[in-house]
Amino acid sequence: MAQTRATPARFSAYLAPKEAIPGRVAAGLAVAGVVVFVGAWSVLTYGGRVSDYFLPSPSAVLAEWGRLIADGGFFEDVWASTRRIVLGFAISAALAVPLGIVMGSFRFFQSLLEPLIGAVRYMPASAFIPLLIIWLGIGDAQKVGVVFIGVFFPLTLLIADVSAGVPKELVNIAYTLGASRWQVFSRVLLPASLPGVVDNLRITMGWAWTYLIVAELVGAQNGIGHLILQSQRFLATDRIIASILTIGLLGVLTDGLFRLLSARLFPYVEKLQP
Amino acid sequence: MSELLINDISVWFDDRQRGRVLAVDSVSAAISDGEFVCVVGPSGCGKSTLLNVVGGLVHANTGEVLVDGQPITGPGPDRGMVFQSYTLYPWLSVRANIEFGLKLAKLPAAARRRVSNRLIELVRLEGFADTYPKALSGGMRQRVAIARALANNPRVLLMDEPFGALDAQTRALMQELLLDVWSRDGRTVVFVTHDIDEAIFLADRVLIMSHRPGRIRLELPVPLPRPRGYALLATSEFGELKRQVLDVIHEESVLALEHTAAGTPAGD
Repeated sequence: MAQTRATPARFSAYLAPKEAIPGRVAAGLAVAGVVVFVGAWSVLTYGGRVSDYFLPSPSAVLAEWGRLIADGGFFEDVWASTRRIVLGFAISAALAVPLGIVMGSFRFFQSLLEPLIGAVRYMPASAFIPLLIIWLGIGDAQKVGVVFIGVFFPLTLLIADVSAGVPKELVNIAYTLGASRWQVFSRVLLPASLPGVVDNLRITMGWAWTYLIVAELVGAQNGIGHLILQSQRFLATDRIIASILTIGLLGVLTDGLFRLLSARLFPYVEKLQP
Repeated sequence: MSELLINDISVWFDDRQRGRVLAVDSVSAAISDGEFVCVVGPSGCGKSTLLNVVGGLVHANTGEVLVDGQPITGPGPDRGMVFQSYTLYPWLSVRANIEFGLKLAKLPAAARRRVSNRLIELVRLEGFADTYPKALSGGMRQRVAIARALANNPRVLLMDEPFGALDAQTRALMQELLLDVWSRDGRTVVFVTHDIDEAIFLADRVLIMSHRPGRIRLELPVPLPRPRGYALLATSEFGELKRQVLDVIHEESVLALEHTAAGTPAGD
């Protein structure tokens, strides 16, 4: 820390592959990344190099964000989207988690289900939107359906991978300690899979937002996706960006919530995934 | 009467490339009550497979294993096992890991606690009862694994290179600790290792296996006095026994290598 080496030598030390860098430097770099981004944005906009409707300035976006929040209608949209995503995600998780664990634990169910789910996974959820409109209309059920198709299939396979990755020795030891098959499942495979399950829920939550917004862009009366589409019609670029930032903020909040949940529920886990 | 009888056990695997591979070839052994037996052999000789057969985890194609005259049909709490890899349940504390089998057996909490207290003391982990495995060193984890296997009060303790992943110093300490535990516990132990020093240091009797397919090449009694400490490794009696084992192992390792070179790879 207290070394007084020449700047170039020290700087090159930060670029050594896989070597740790001081915490202060890491924090500084994080800030620098954002500053450079906002700086470039500012130069383009305040400098008058691009027109307002092509790219509004950071302050214009913030001001529009403030107006949206002050106006009650925005929360209606946010709530509509949140409601759909929570519902779609909850249904997906409620089915994918047990199914995935069973698939990963029993070769029988893996052989039965993996080809089917593996194939559907490659069918884009957005391609199902017209079908879901025919089946479910353009209300909440259709949005929830799109989120479900987008999340359930890949999540099931990810969870199956988690429980398939539980070391065979943990299972064998349980047998030698007198466990029945059911006990091996309930007392070893299930608890051993849980941290990985929560980790994958956290990751797939991000995908859920993508599918929801696509569904709301195609046909909706409210929701953040609908707001973005309306804003585009009025060339309200600032409102589009403010809406996208809102989704980002909600994403970061959910991610933090899942991390907190992981740390609380699984204090024994050696290291959480990034 | 022998407590553990291994009777003409053979195991083979059907391999896509190599066809039928004989891993263990007609192995028989009688192990008496309270005896400490080590099984050594070149890598891939089938010693782990043999131990897994006794543990009930691998099905033998011929022969049978008798515990107290009863043939075994699968894994069970009468044969506790300890593996080389760390197999503690990470979501359970040291105490809960040790009590795992007792809980399956529906023993009341007070009785479980008595057993775990005694075993925690036996493997010298006082003060770590409520610790999660992630905070333990490799040696400590294996001590918990030994305690967990002993908690069920098994007839035999089966150990598959339990100290193989530990550094040399920790390994030496663990060997002494195991002998101390065994001297107070009096359990029958079958211990598989490829470390000849370890085998002679621990065992009443060493079974030396041939290269694949594994047969028992030599049975060597180890008449060294107990209790044994690390100084034993420097005695001439120890050296003489080691030379006898080395002669056989070396010969078998060379054969195993030639066998491999001839196109039949030996897996472990």
